[in-house]
Amino acid sequence: MENALFYIFAALTLLFAFLCVANPFSRNPVTSAMFLVLTMISLAGLFVLLQAFFLAAVQILVYAGAVMVLFLFVIMLLDIKEEERRRFNRFAIALGGVSVIGLGFILFSTIRESKVGAGLKLVAVKGSDTAALGKALFTQYLLPFEIVSVLLLVAMVGVILLSKKDLK
Amino acid sequence: MNIGLEQYLIVSGLLFCFGLLGVVVRRNLLIMYMGLELMLNAANLALVAFSRFNNNLDGQLMVFFIITVAAAEVAVGLALIVALYRKRRSAHVEDLTTLKL
Repeated sequence: MENALFYIFAALTLLFAFLCVANPFSRNPVTSAMFLVLTMISLAGLFVLLQAFFLAAVQILVYAGAVMVLFLFVIMLLDIKEEERRRFNRFAIALGGVSVIGLGFILFSTIRESKVGAGLKLVAVKGSDTAALGKALFTQYLLPFEIVSVLLLVAMVGVILLSKKDLK
Repeated sequence: MNIGLEQYLIVSGLLFCFGLLGVVVRRNLLIMYMGLELMLNAANLALVAFSRFNNNLDGQLMVFFIITVAAAEVAVGLALIVALYRKRRSAHVEDLTTLKL
């Protein structure tokens, strides 16, 4: 059962990711954004299979919720018709495709050769580990947590400054 | 066949490759940005898989921080794209070839 679910979610994730970046039927950025949402949701399914329930929830809330809404707002602000009028540069596509396939081959053969998961046995986790996650976040990882909150504040101030009418 | 760490890492690697494909091949700034998000998520998947198979929560905490930083990065990046679009009326990298506005 779990194996079947893994294959289903992995296939969906990869299919949607491919359709997000290289959709053969539509070059509309809105379509890409929608496929990105679907990718995030199927990735959350993989997180659930890995027993990371809290991260699956955060993934859907933050990515499928907040980030994608932001993307869609910006797409509405820009001219999306222009994208479909553009012509692709064949040479650039071929070169990019070859380099990406090369990288994929290197990653694949490295993972295969290194036998990285050989000695690892799955330990059954009882229930959810959200409590342990929270405890680690507020004890061992307290400093990074605070730094990240400052980073969010800095990002917010930066965005407000950037979106002012007259940038000086 | 049982699903091990290797299968998750291969999915993660393929996802990273698709993200890179988006950044390298597409010329629209927004779609290149979506490719960046895909690459970040590929890293997240690898970290969660490592965390699960080593029975250690540190990987999941790192993913938590990555998601937060990615959200901040998206906000700033999209604001930059909008500011650029206001000046140049274009979100295509081929039109943005000068350093000066």
